[in-house]
Amino acid sequence: MANVILEAKHLSKAYPMRGGSQLTVLEDINLSVREGEFISILGPSGAGKSTLLRILSGLIEPTSGKILYHGKPLEEAFPSIGMVFQSFALFPWLTVLENVEVGLKVKGVDRETARQKAVKMLDLVGLDGFEDAYPRELSGGMKQRVGIARALAIEPEILFMDEPFSALDILTADNLRNELIRLWIEKKLPIKSIIFVTHNIEEAVFLSDRAIILSHNPATIRAEITINIPHVRNKNQKEFKLTVDDIFTILTRPKTEVPFMLRKERYQFLPHAKVGAIAGLLELVLSKGGTIDISEVTTDLGLEVDDVFPLIEAAAFLGFATVKEGDIKLTEEGINFSRSDLLQKKVIFREMALKNIQLINQIYQVLTTTEKKRMSEDFFIEILENHFTKDEAWNQLETAIDWGRYAELFAYDYDSGELYIEEPEIEQIEKA
Amino acid sequence: MKNQVAFPPIKGITLSDFIVLVILFAIIGLVFFLGKEWKGDLRSVAYISLEYRYLPYYVIQSVSRIGIAYILSLIFSIGYGYLAKKNKITETILISLLDILQSIPVLSFLPGVLLAMISLFPNKRIGVELASIILIFTGQVWNMAFSYYNSISTIPRDILEVAKIHRFSKFYRFIKIDLPFSAIGLVWNSMMSVAGGWFFLMACEMFVIKDRDFRLPGIGSFIQMAANEGDLQKVFIGLLVMVIIIVLLDIMIWRPLVVWSQKFKFDTVQSEEEKESFVLNILRESRLLERIWDAIESKIDKINYYFVNRKSEHNYLKKTPIKIVLIGLLLIGLLLLVLKGGIRAFEMLSKITFQDFVLLIKAGGLSLLRTLGAIAIATIWTVPFGVMIGMKPKVANILQPVIQIAASIPATALFPIIIYFLLKIGGGLGVGSVFLMLLGTQWYILFNVIAGASSIPQDLKDIADLYRIRGFKKWKVLILPGIFPYLVTGLITATGGAWNATIVSEYVVFGGEVQKTLGLGSLISESSASGNFSMLFASTLLMSLIVVTLNRFLWKRMFLLAEEKFRLD
Repeated sequence: MANVILEAKHLSKAYPMRGGSQLTVLEDINLSVREGEFISILGPSGAGKSTLLRILSGLIEPTSGKILYHGKPLEEAFPSIGMVFQSFALFPWLTVLENVEVGLKVKGVDRETARQKAVKMLDLVGLDGFEDAYPRELSGGMKQRVGIARALAIEPEILFMDEPFSALDILTADNLRNELIRLWIEKKLPIKSIIFVTHNIEEAVFLSDRAIILSHNPATIRAEITINIPHVRNKNQKEFKLTVDDIFTILTRPKTEVPFMLRKERYQFLPHAKVGAIAGLLELVLSKGGTIDISEVTTDLGLEVDDVFPLIEAAAFLGFATVKEGDIKLTEEGINFSRSDLLQKKVIFREMALKNIQLINQIYQVLTTTEKKRMSEDFFIEILENHFTKDEAWNQLETAIDWGRYAELFAYDYDSGELYIEEPEIEQIEKA
Repeated sequence: MKNQVAFPPIKGITLSDFIVLVILFAIIGLVFFLGKEWKGDLRSVAYISLEYRYLPYYVIQSVSRIGIAYILSLIFSIGYGYLAKKNKITETILISLLDILQSIPVLSFLPGVLLAMISLFPNKRIGVELASIILIFTGQVWNMAFSYYNSISTIPRDILEVAKIHRFSKFYRFIKIDLPFSAIGLVWNSMMSVAGGWFFLMACEMFVIKDRDFRLPGIGSFIQMAANEGDLQKVFIGLLVMVIIIVLLDIMIWRPLVVWSQKFKFDTVQSEEEKESFVLNILRESRLLERIWDAIESKIDKINYYFVNRKSEHNYLKKTPIKIVLIGLLLIGLLLLVLKGGIRAFEMLSKITFQDFVLLIKAGGLSLLRTLGAIAIATIWTVPFGVMIGMKPKVANILQPVIQIAASIPATALFPIIIYFLLKIGGGLGVGSVFLMLLGTQWYILFNVIAGASSIPQDLKDIADLYRIRGFKKWKVLILPGIFPYLVTGLITATGGAWNATIVSEYVVFGGEVQKTLGLGSLISESSASGNFSMLFASTLLMSLIVVTLNRFLWKRMFLLAEEKFRLD
């Protein structure tokens, strides 16, 4: 194991508010940074990523908790730190070279050495020839190169980067990311670790060895995801995409517990959609020739995207439709389902639900294997609670019951709170 | 980027070097001259000769006084800003104090300062010179201190973090961040301050206290003297010389400084407009100056190294017991001083009779009416005129220099001429003083209105044209809201100026006679001249009270409104 450079223990930060109350921004953050690690801190905007970065770098003091550099408290350690800012934070009245030299001169490095080092760093970031230019003459990308060179010039142990590329246009940002990671993996940077704050998931997955995902309000560490894809990473790689997906899921489902959202052990997350509504959607798509643009659905149904999305997701889960590049396309089963009468519909739905929906399949298996063909809902809730929050567990079961009832796979006794399989005879009689 | 002006090299040194050398020698010569001149004995009534051949000699002395006062103001502003930023407590105290100090008219400081200086340097001219310089200083310093404090309060967080991350020493932070950040504001306010210095120059070079008549040789006293003798031609010549000097100083010092300070603009985007100053171009050409500059920079680095090394030896964060004791003693001393001052103030106020009180209230009301009148008249003519100039860049280009010269003429120097005509047509100073105040304060409003009108974004103007919004409606929808924040700033400055100007416009000496009209300004001037300290104190107090109240309850609110509602960005 490589050396631990920085260790944060139980960091919290709260700001006093008017009226004596406190606004807690960070809560109980524990993390360690090892030599050679590239760590990214991800979180929804306003989550406190930058605050965390500033606390780790010693710019702001935490309300409680401590930071150790090589085992020593921050105040005694005088760590050497470089910081790259989103706004570049260059001095407009100094030339590019002078901007880079500032950090060296202030440390007491003599003029000649300072100049040499600064020139070297400017070469490294690809700015040779621009030494005497003023920042205002440079494009955004070049300004940030100066910012990086300034931070590197003092040869810091850890380089802190606060959304360094988010003020740049996409192409420039991409370019700089590529260069940064090349210099990093070729070990040309005079630093040992990088801590990188971003809200861009792809950026984090592209660059870092470990992504630390913060929750919102107050920020705690929700997940740490190790990324082992070899550099230079390709955004079209399957593994890359799956990792991005994982992080996306975590960030967009703030209430769900993390471990059950990761793809390896992820439990299918049933969208909360009623069968009738799903059937309605499928019929609409069929009436439009089997393929339809998602935006068209929202306008035709007069619904918000947020309302339609669970329906689409449900249809896709059940195998009735596929979603690709904003288009919904019915599968063969989807077409059959829509064209059938009610009885036939139930048969098709039953088949698809058993095949594609894990939870319905499980319930059905459990019910058929028990002697009484009955089971209390609490049993299923308990299982589900391992994977979801309490509320979500109930939501999941509710959806499963709705779908299972429609498919006539099982029924639900509200009074006893039990799920059970109906006797086929009774069913036949009712139909007759 | 440099504007290449070709100067032929003369044997290794350029013409620019030569010019710089001449300037350096001139400065050294000036210091010796002043030293010799001011060391002399004090004659209570120095004779101010009205012969023209003394004019250059007067000019040099006046400029030196203003210059020294200005340098003191600069140092004071920086120190004040630094102290104010030290912690929350000093910030609240010092900034409110500044607000009050700013409202005290220059002349109210006169007797106290003068008596202190005379007792420090009995019968030496240097005492009166220092008093004069301190008076000019009190007229120049407050807005500069405000500007510096504002600048260092608005340094972006990221920049401060860069300094913190790299552990800038306080010295290095001052040189590399605080100074550059405040440069533009300081240069601008320096120009205003020095203009203020010229405005009060006549009052600061010649004064009467308790029938002692003090006159210092200078261009201000020349004009004042000529006015006293009723010699209009000499007044006019003196005025002309003064204006020429002001314009020359503008070309030689302020213009280059303004252009140079553009370097410190905190936008990292290239601006389309590049201002020029040929004096600055000459200075930039000079290799000698470059070398001096270089030497200064390496000195700065050396000083910084010293701080860096010292820092690593000691734990500079810890407050040593000695430091705490010193601060404690200082605080106690300050407290005693304030206490003593308070008792004295109370004693002085207790001498005010009921009649005095009625007089004060009446005077305050009259002066209030006059200042408001002056401001109203100024607003009425400057708003349409300023908008016309500001909205039409072509007109602005032609008129701007003319207005600038007109504005640079210190109105006080015009007073004798105007008084002369006022007396001729038989008008009294009661209404006339409004006119005099107007002369001094209208420019603040005009310049702000021009700036406001020219900052109305083109797309808003286009929209107004597109929807055919014209005439009165255009004023209501576009122009007035557009210039409002600027107008408010102008009005605030102008009101402050108008109150200050009451002192010189309600009490004017012309042709050996005192022309005065009842008002707070004339009360202050009069009680200062007659050495009636309790009256001086009471009327100063009342004026400060009115100005601060107006600021707090009228202007601040309008300013906030302007900030919140009418900001165009």
